[in-house]
Formats: sequence, structure tokens, C-alpha cells
Amino acid sequence: MIAAKRAADTLIVLAAILVAWQILHQAVGSTALPAPVPTLTYLAEFVPSARFAENAWATLVTFFWALILSYALGLAIGVWMGVHRLSGAVGEPILISLYTLPKITLYPVVLLIFGLSMPGRVTFGAMHGVLPVALLTMNAIRNIPPVYLKAARTLHLSEWQTIVTVLFPATLPEVVAGLRIGFTLSLLGVLLAEMFASEHGLGSLIINAMQLLQNEEMITVAVVLFLFAALANSLLLWIEHRLHRRV
Amino acid sequence: MSKIGWLRLAVIVIAVGLLELACRTGLIDHRVVIPPSEMAAALVRLLISGQANDQIARTFGIVVTAVLIAVIGGFSLGVTIHALPRVRHALDPFFATYYAVPIFIFYPVMIAIFGLSAIPIVLMGVATAIVAMIIATLNGLDRVPRVLTKVARLHRMGRIATALRLKLPAAAPHLFTGVKLAVSYGFIAVIASEFILAPSGLGRVISDAYTDFNNQRMYALMLLLIVVATVVNMVLHVFDQRWAERRGIGKP
Repeated sequence: MIAAKRAADTLIVLAAILVAWQILHQAVGSTALPAPVPTLTYLAEFVPSARFAENAWATLVTFFWALILSYALGLAIGVWMGVHRLSGAVGEPILISLYTLPKITLYPVVLLIFGLSMPGRVTFGAMHGVLPVALLTMNAIRNIPPVYLKAARTLHLSEWQTIVTVLFPATLPEVVAGLRIGFTLSLLGVLLAEMFASEHGLGSLIINAMQLLQNEEMITVAVVLFLFAALANSLLLWIEHRLHRRV
Repeated sequence: MSKIGWLRLAVIVIAVGLLELACRTGLIDHRVVIPPSEMAAALVRLLISGQANDQIARTFGIVVTAVLIAVIGGFSLGVTIHALPRVRHALDPFFATYYAVPIFIFYPVMIAIFGLSAIPIVLMGVATAIVAMIIATLNGLDRVPRVLTKVARLHRMGRIATALRLKLPAAAPHLFTGVKLAVSYGFIAVIASEFILAPSGLGRVISDAYTDFNNQRMYALMLLLIVVATVVNMVLHVFDQRWAERRGIGKP
């Protein structure tokens, strides 16, 4: 009952957003901001088209490799800095300041190294995703209650058994949180890279649509990306909550 | 400085030194990365010549404007939403997914509406920073100990006095965390917007220098941004930690 009421309230907020969109459209004119209904009709036509599929696929492939790279590197750095305390203490502030840096300033360097190519976009995406994965993995390992390790020793578990049955399950929820943030930021990185300089992908589609004054297409792509990110995040958040409850 | 602090400094110095060495020996092409010493020299020359001062002032002006709007607006909205539980429950799912969505994809929409000026950039800065401030305000108000409201009632304090003398100081560490995030998010959003598309500003100058193969200027301004961002974030981080420790919510 309470859940239903809350869902209704959330729907009211969604409706309010659509109304605000319509009002803004009336205020600034339809060339600047198309109304919600024509845009959503356009979305239904545009999404099944070949041009959309091509660009969405390009973004998806780039994003996939960026994600693999940031997870592999992030987990490796996080485990190393979590297990080796001194490296963790020395490296943590360095990672935190890299995390808060506007990484877009470094994109020209990536471009000078890789040229306008997919490896460049993958690298730039991974640069965004690797830091949260590393930081949260490191914290997860550091925050293992010492009594777990004592219990493992009391039970004479081998090193491998300790890792599989104690360390892995104990750190999993927080590591998954890191993977979720890494997912979000890698996607942002890939899209920024496509927006700044690329002929492929949804990011470049948005910029092209803006320059050709095709605002319906621009908003359509933005809405699709919005929904993709929101759904993926909800799914990962759901997994995270389930893991937390189990522990 | 502690032993760990010295070690950290050594790691950074060695990393920069290796980069310098790799550039000097030609291991890294001069057209790709210039030696760090040259970056610093180019930055000093650029600052003395004053060529980029307008752009620097413009960008930091926009950052300050956006952060101020986000902090004041986020705090006011946070207080309002906290007073209306039903609105808050309806908005919760939106707050939870807000930073998962690359809101940056709406920057071209802002340009379409407001034209190519400083307004869309300020708006992107505010949009990125304000939700962090709202969430921090809600967190802070949630964690005001109930005993404080009882103390206020015992002393027959008015609503305004309770808010100013008890609730605000109790929520302050959380509010400061919000300010810290607002500064770093606002900074990132403004620079990124200028980079993608803007009439002028530091991000634009760097992206132009990249297009013109003007590596001296590009790396000089890059260095400036990195140094400013690092120093500002570190100062805020240190204050944040200290404040959090004093209120007993920090890491032990």
C-alpha cells in the first residue's frame, strides 16, 4: 500500500517534468525546444532506424572495452592497495586528487597519443571508470573486520580457501558499488570523447544534430541515453542492495 | 611531514622525473608530450604576458557563479524538501539515479535554448553541482540528534533560534561535504562544457591550441587547470576531514 502510494508520487513527479518541458517549449519556441509529444513520436521512428543502430552499436562497443579495461585495472590497483597497506596509505590521496580532476583537459593528450581512433575513446572512458573501482575496492579490503581473518586462521583454512570463502564474500557488496560508479563514469567518458571529436557514436550524433538544428533528434538521443543509464544503474543498485542484505 | 607524506612526495617527484627523462631522451615524441619543465616555463611566460588572463578570469568567474548558485539554491531546496516528507519520498528515486545519468548530454539542448553564451555553461555547472548540495543538506538535517530539539524546547527557544543555534551547527559538517562536492563537480562541468563547445574560456583555449598544434600553450594551460583543481580540492578535503573528525563522523 505504502509502496503503491510512493510509486504514484514518483509518477506525479514524472508528469510534472513533462509539463515543465511543455511549458518551456511554449516559452522558447519549437525551433529551440520541440514539444514532448512530437519528440516522443520522433523517438519511436528514429530508434528502429539503421543510422541509430549503427551509432548506438559503435558507442556500445567502445563502452564495453572501456568498461573491461577500467574494471580490470581498477580491481588490480584496488586489491594491491588494499592488501599492501603502505601502498594504500601513500597512494590514496593521489587517487583521490586524480578522481576530482576535470579529466577532459587530458583528452587532447590521449588524442595526440592515439589519434582519432577507438582506442583513444576507450582509454578516455577507462580513465574515468578506473578510479572509483580502485578506491572502493581498496576500502572494501581495508574494512574487513579482523575477526573474520582470525576465524579463518582458527579453522586452519588455506590461503586459497580464505580468499574464496571469507575475503571475496565480505568485500563483494562494496566492490559492486565501485563497479556501479565505474559503469556510470566510463559511460560519461566515452560520451564526452565522442562529443569532442568523433565521427561515430551517439555522442557525435548529438553534436551533429545540434549543428544541423535537428533538435528533435538531439533530444531523442539524450533521452535514450538517459533511460539506458538510469535502467542500468537501477539494476546494479538492486544487486548491491541484495548483496548487502545477505551479508 | 610524516614518513608516508615524504614517500608520497617521492613517488610524485619520481613520476614527474621519469616523464621529463622520457621526453628529453626522445622516448616520448616532442609532438605528443612536452617535458614537464617546459610546461611550467610556458605557463610562467603565458601568465606574465597576460595573453590568457581574460580567459582565465572568465572561466573561474563562471565556476564561482555556478558554485554559489548551486550551494545557495541546493541548501534552500534541501531545507524545503526536508520539511515536506511526501515530496521527498517522491524525489528519492530521482536523487538515487541523478549522478548515474550523464547529464552532460543535455548541454547541446541548453545551447539550443539559450544560445552559445555563458548561460548554458553556468546552467551545466549548477545542474551538476546542485543535487550534491541538496542530498548533503537532507543528510545533515536527518542527522541532527533528537536530543538537541528537546534541549531547544526545554529552553523555550523559538523556531529561528533553534534552526540557527542548534540545527545549523549540528548539520554543518554534512553541509560542508556538500560544498566540497559542489565545487569539484561544478569545476568539472564548466571546463567540460567549454571544451565541447563555447565562445571562449579556458577549455575553449586548450581545445583551440590542440587544433592548432600549439603544444606549448596547450600544456601550459592544462598544467594550470590541474594545479588549481588539485590545490582547491586538497584544501577542501583537509577541512572536510578535520571538521568531520571534530563532530565524530570522520574516519578514526
